[in-house]
Parts: sequence; C-alpha cells; structure tokens
Amino acid sequence: MKNFFITFFSILFFSQASFALVKIDITRGNLEPLPTAVSKFYIEDPSKFSEELKKLNLEKKISETISNNLKRSGLFYIIDPKSYIQSPNIAHVKPTFQDWALIKAQIMVSGKLVIDEQKRLRVEFRLWDVVGGKEIEGLALFATPQSWRRIAHIISDKIYERMTGESGYFDTRIIYVAESGPKDQRVKKLAIMDQDGSNNKYLTLGNELVLTPRFSPTAQMITYMSYFKNLPRVYLLNIETGLQEVVGDFPGMTFAPRFSPDGKKIIMSFAKDGNSDIYTMDLSSRVVEQLTTHPSIDTSPSYSSDGKYITFNSDRSGSQQIYVMRSDGSNVNRISFGEGLYGTPVWSPRGDLIAFTKIFKGNFYIGVMRSDGSGERLLTQNFYQEAPSWSPNGRVLIFYREKKSGKSGTGGESSLWSIDLTGYNERKINTPTDASDPAWSGLLSK
Amino acid sequence: MYKSVSQSVLFHVIFGLFAVISLPFVKKEAITSQQLITVDIIQISEKTQLPFAPKAREIIEKIKKEQEERVVTKQAPPKIIPKEKLDAVPLPDQVKNKKKEEKTKQNPEEIKELNRQTSEFEKKELFDPNKIAALIDKSKEETADIQKKQNLELTQNQDSSVNLNKGITLSQEDAIKAQIYKCWNIPLGLPFDQDLLVRVRLKLKQDGSILSSEILDHARMNQPGQGYYKVLAESTLRAVKLCDPLKMPATGYEKWKDLQLNFDAKEMLRG
Repeated sequence: MKNFFITFFSILFFSQASFALVKIDITRGNLEPLPTAVSKFYIEDPSKFSEELKKLNLEKKISETISNNLKRSGLFYIIDPKSYIQSPNIAHVKPTFQDWALIKAQIMVSGKLVIDEQKRLRVEFRLWDVVGGKEIEGLALFATPQSWRRIAHIISDKIYERMTGESGYFDTRIIYVAESGPKDQRVKKLAIMDQDGSNNKYLTLGNELVLTPRFSPTAQMITYMSYFKNLPRVYLLNIETGLQEVVGDFPGMTFAPRFSPDGKKIIMSFAKDGNSDIYTMDLSSRVVEQLTTHPSIDTSPSYSSDGKYITFNSDRSGSQQIYVMRSDGSNVNRISFGEGLYGTPVWSPRGDLIAFTKIFKGNFYIGVMRSDGSGERLLTQNFYQEAPSWSPNGRVLIFYREKKSGKSGTGGESSLWSIDLTGYNERKINTPTDASDPAWSGLLSK
Repeated sequence: MYKSVSQSVLFHVIFGLFAVISLPFVKKEAITSQQLITVDIIQISEKTQLPFAPKAREIIEKIKKEQEERVVTKQAPPKIIPKEKLDAVPLPDQVKNKKKEEKTKQNPEEIKELNRQTSEFEKKELFDPNKIAALIDKSKEETADIQKKQNLELTQNQDSSVNLNKGITLSQEDAIKAQIYKCWNIPLGLPFDQDLLVRVRLKLKQDGSILSSEILDHARMNQPGQGYYKVLAESTLRAVKLCDPLKMPATGYEKWKDLQLNFDAKEMLRG
C-alpha cells in the first residue's frame, strides 16, 4: 500500500513537470533581402569543345544574369563575388559551408557548363542551404549555346520559387510600344524583349500607329490596336509566325483589347454613337456579345484569373470609377470610392488584387485594391504614369511613366518602370527608345 | 412538603441571580464602535536624537560586551605554519596547485561589465551637475537603450511578473522573441490565406545552445499542395540555426530546456 502511494504521487509530480513546456509565438521576422552567393559557373575541362565555350564567356554571363535577376526582384541580396573564398568547381561538388557562412551567405548557387558532341549546351546548377548545410535544389538543362540567357532565367525562376514559395517571373517577355521621332510625327512600333530589357526586337515597322498590345495566356499571340486608314482596329499577331489578322471589322471604334484567361475570347470596348460599351468576341466563331448597355463610357475591361468576373472603368456615377461585374455582364458593382478618378483596372493573376491608375490633384498614382474595393494602397506617384500590367506571379507591376514636356520641346520622354507590391522596389527597365503601354507575358516555361 | 418546595424555589432564585451577575453572555451590552488609531512605529533616535533610557542603555551595553567576549573566546588559535626550508624546491604538483589557486581567486577588476552592479555612490560620482542639459537631451535615447539591453540580458531580477503557465517571465519571453525575429527571413511569396503555422520543438543546453530542433508537423512538408509549407518550415529551421546559441536566462534551466517556437508568418505577410 505504501509503495502504491509513493508510485502514484511520483507519477503525478513528474507528469506535471514534463507538461511545463515553454511555448513562444513568433509572429514577426526579417523582411530584408536574403543574403545570397552566386558562385561563378565553371566549364568542365575534359569536354572536347570546352575551349569554344570559354571564348563565349558563358560561365560568367550566366551567373551574372542570375545575380541580376535575383537582385532586381528585391528579395535577394547578392554578396560581392570578390569575397567568395571557395573556387567555383569545388563549391559545386563539395562546398565548405563554413566558408560561405563566414561571408554571411544563407544560400549559395553553383553550376557547371558542358558542351557535348552535338554542340548542345548542358547547364547544371545546384542551390545550397548554407545554414542548413545541404543541397536543396538541383537541375540540368539542355539548349543551344545561343539560348544561354533563357537558361539563366529558368534557373533564376527555380531559385526564386524554392526560396519564396511562389513561382518566378524571370523567364517572361514584355511587349511594349517603342516610340521615336518628334512629338508631332511620332513613330510607334511594337517591340518585344525579355523582362530584364535584353533581347529587344521590333515586331512592326512603324508605318501605322499601334496601341495597347496584350499577350494571350499562351504567350504566342498578341492582340493590339492599330490605326489603319485613320480607323482603329483590333489585331491579332502570332509572334512565332509573324502572321497578323484583323479581329473584326466594326463600324465604330474599338479600344483596349485583352484576352480572356483561357485565351478563347477577346474582351474590348467598342464606341458607337458616342456611347462606349464592353463587348467580347469568341475567337473561333467570331461571335460578338455585348456585356454592358449603360449610356455612359465603359472601357478598359479585364478578366479575373478564373474568368468568372470582369473589372472595367465607367463614368456612370458621374466620375470615372472602377466596377466589377460577372462575366455575363450581370451584377455590376462599383468598387472604388476614394477621392479622384480611377482607370485602367487590371486583375492580378493571383486573383486577390486589382491594379489601377488613379488621378488625384493633378498627380498620377499606380495602386492596388482588393477585388471588393477594400485595402486601397497607392504604390507610386508621378507627374504622369499609367497602364499597369502584372507579372505572372502577381507580385510585380510594370507601367510607363512620362516626363514633363518643356516649353522648348524638351522633356516628354516616356520609359518603362516596375514596382513590387511592397512599393519600395521601384526600378527602371532600360529600352533602346522611348517606351509606353507595356504588357507582361506569362511564364514561357510552364 | 411545603417546606421542601419553598427551599427549592429559594435555591433556584439564588442560582438565577448568581447566573445573571456572574455569567457574561447573559448580560447583553450595546455594541460600541471602536475608534481606529493609526500608530507609526519609529526609532526615537532617528527623529528626536534623545538618548536611550539609562536602564535600557545598561542592558544594551551589557549584551554588546557579552557578544564581544564570546567572539574573543570562540576565535580559533592561530595556526602554526611550519617554516619553509630555503633549499626546498617545490614539486611540480605543488606548483600546479598554486597556479590554479591564483586563477580561481576572485578579482573585482575582472568582473564583466554586464554582471557588475553599480553602487549608488559610483552613480553619484558619475553625475556632473554642469551637464544637466546634455543629460536631458539624451535621456530618451538612454532609457530606450537601457530597455533594449535589459531585454537582451536575461537576469532574474528583470521582471518579477512570472508567467506561471510558461515558467519564464514575460520579459524573458520577449527577449527570446527579439533574438528569433532578427534571424527569421520570412519567405515573401507564401499564400497568406493559408495556415502558415510552423511549430518547432527545441532542446537546449544550459548555455543556450541548441541540442536538437524538430518540426512538429513534419508530415505536412511532403503532402501534395503544401510546397509553400516546406519553404516556410525550412526558413524557420534556418532561423533557429542562425540564432544558435540563444541567450537564455541564467537560471531555471529545467523550465526552459524544452522550448516550442510557434512560427506564424500570416500577420507579417497580410500586412
């Protein structure tokens, strides 16, 4: 009996002691860019054509492109390569994590290049968790040596995805209107480039004025507006084949065309008898459907990512505001109620936010709000800026900005800019000429 | 018969009278409210400088004398230390012991700045009345610095508000949080409308270094559609390793040797 009581009370005592676990809630953290080391890629020597590769200097170009991509995202801080202790070839096979921890790197990227007998470039990369002391991602890619830049973008996307938890946006392209010449004789051409401003190409000659180019979800097709014999028309252009066609011959003016998320329809505004409404056109049957019938100006339509809703701007309330309706045109609701005018709404690919341009007290703002109109946030302000377009992961916006024109005809230059949702990471995207109306493609390598 | 009855009545009357006069509970008195008088107990010498009463002084002096005598009588006789021979060479063991003793000797000059307590006199010496303006200007910064320092230096005297459920004080908890906040790089692309809670169980050594770390919901990392959770969980493990060793309270190891950190990125990502 005595033993029973001793056992009973000792169990009671020790079980209470084991339950006394200290629990601490960590609800805050560091939002600083992640310290990252990108070791220079190296060329494997036994390869027959390694000398040829060395002449192209691809090992340096690829690692630099990856570094630039990550740095521009604002989420990674690239540690100066001069401080790297370990040589690239050893770092790729057996990194000494202490050496990388010494320079405060939390992750490290390494890679090697090989060219085979068919002159195919094989790029192998590894992502190392320096703190955890392990490899967390590895990939080998094949391509022609000329496509090295795309390989660098794909690797950047893999790193971004692995470290942030969302898909990247580096293997994407941007289409825009390249502008040149004096203001009264402006030449406007369609141009396409990589998201970092490289590989710039012109798609039209500049004989006709082009406006509002937009990518299809497949990224092979572009829709845009062009003036032909002083009449604006909506066109389709296949980037791969270069084939161009007019979407429809409407008696009035058509504006702001944009693809539906499944790429089967085009949504646009169509002006007739001084009234502008929203229309869709099925690309296979060419059947046109009118969605709004209000005697006011409804324009700039954009589908939600699931295709169930459409946002557009209208002056039906007396001033230009943003509205949301179902994709069949029913249940129209105003969502913007702030001071000033709202225009060019674009639904985020993530579906959570709508980007817009706001005009208030003579200034132009690029901002975002939730699809119910709540949580309005203005990201950037300038003399003149508009036409935001989302990156495929819904984290970054591209738009164009115009400088003030001087009395002597100076100024007025337009350029492309990007800003992320934090509003802090604003960057200019370099283009050979003035640029406007940018649109971001989806990921090329899905 | 009549006689015995009358005797009984008489006896009862006498007994009743005796009871009324002598027993207290029979007599009901009116309740009178007592006035409360506050009394402050003070040392006479402090306030009045009056000498103790001569009798009391005698007693005190007698006690003091007795105590002094006791100390003298109880003191151990001085130890007779044998004289060292001049020729004697110390053995290697003896030399070693001597050196050790020197090391363990407490040297007040060597006391670390963090552990050293400043006396009130030292503080007075540091005070310069000519620099009052400068002190006022910096007062805010200094209090902020002191608070910061206090959060990082975990001592038992910091805060007595012990969280009984946890076994550590709230300020100690805050200090641990502050360390982890700096080490945790939150992955920014996580879907904030999802469950973003990662529970990490730590086993700590007495010096605050991490013996082991474990994700409690480990199975979730490999579930389909939970790729973001893996990214988040890995970031928490990196944070824990970057913060190793943690600055933990100097005492109460049994209470904090097992620690559970509940990382939740939702609040930060939702903005």
